[in-house]
Amino acid sequence: MIKVEFLGPIQKPSLELEISNLNELAIILQEDAEMSEWLANCAVAVNDTLVSSLEAPLKSGDKISLLPPVCGG
Amino acid sequence: MLYLYDGSLPVSNILKEWYEQEATSNYGAYIPFVGTVRSEDGIDGLSFDIYEPILNSWFDAWQEKAKTKGAVIKMAHSRGDVMLHESSYIAAVFSPKRRVALEFIDEFVEDFKASAPIWKYDLRDGERIYALDRSTAIKGSGILGVQK
Repeated sequence: MIKVEFLGPIQKPSLELEISNLNELAIILQEDAEMSEWLANCAVAVNDTLVSSLEAPLKSGDKISLLPPVCGG
Repeated sequence: MLYLYDGSLPVSNILKEWYEQEATSNYGAYIPFVGTVRSEDGIDGLSFDIYEPILNSWFDAWQEKAKTKGAVIKMAHSRGDVMLHESSYIAAVFSPKRRVALEFIDEFVEDFKASAPIWKYDLRDGERIYALDRSTAIKGSGILGVQK
């Protein structure tokens, strides 16, 4: 099971999904109307490390985080 | 040396504490940057969410970079609400000579704005409104939105 969490202003509860890579997550979230405005500008982290590709394999227990645009300070 | 506070920062105490921490470390330069909430566009204040695991690793990478130049970085940031004329952010660089600290404070604060996992909200009439128009997508964003 993979946990998907939505950070900051994305008002969405975490998901628990049976997926084996980020491509499968992309397909699921692209069908989710409330996520459509966020996907184009969210960064993605797997186990708290930012990733730049959807190809890395996932294993049970992994945590995926979606990070929308930031503005500290 | 990353310090997170609930609410506004006690600026004078932090600057003094950092000064005293390094008073005998033989640094020739101490260059702080203090970010203060300004009155503009009718806001009552700002509010912040922080994702600590990635903030910590981002900060640690900068600290390593500073170390290679003989410098040290300190940073303080607020969680939650910070009202007008209060401060939410302090960054400081200590270095043996001024040039390294001057360059680092500029690069560090710019990367902080673009990369640190902190989200800002305007406080207005009791509402907390995400400041999307002032926010920056982290480098590499958008990979989940590409249609196959």
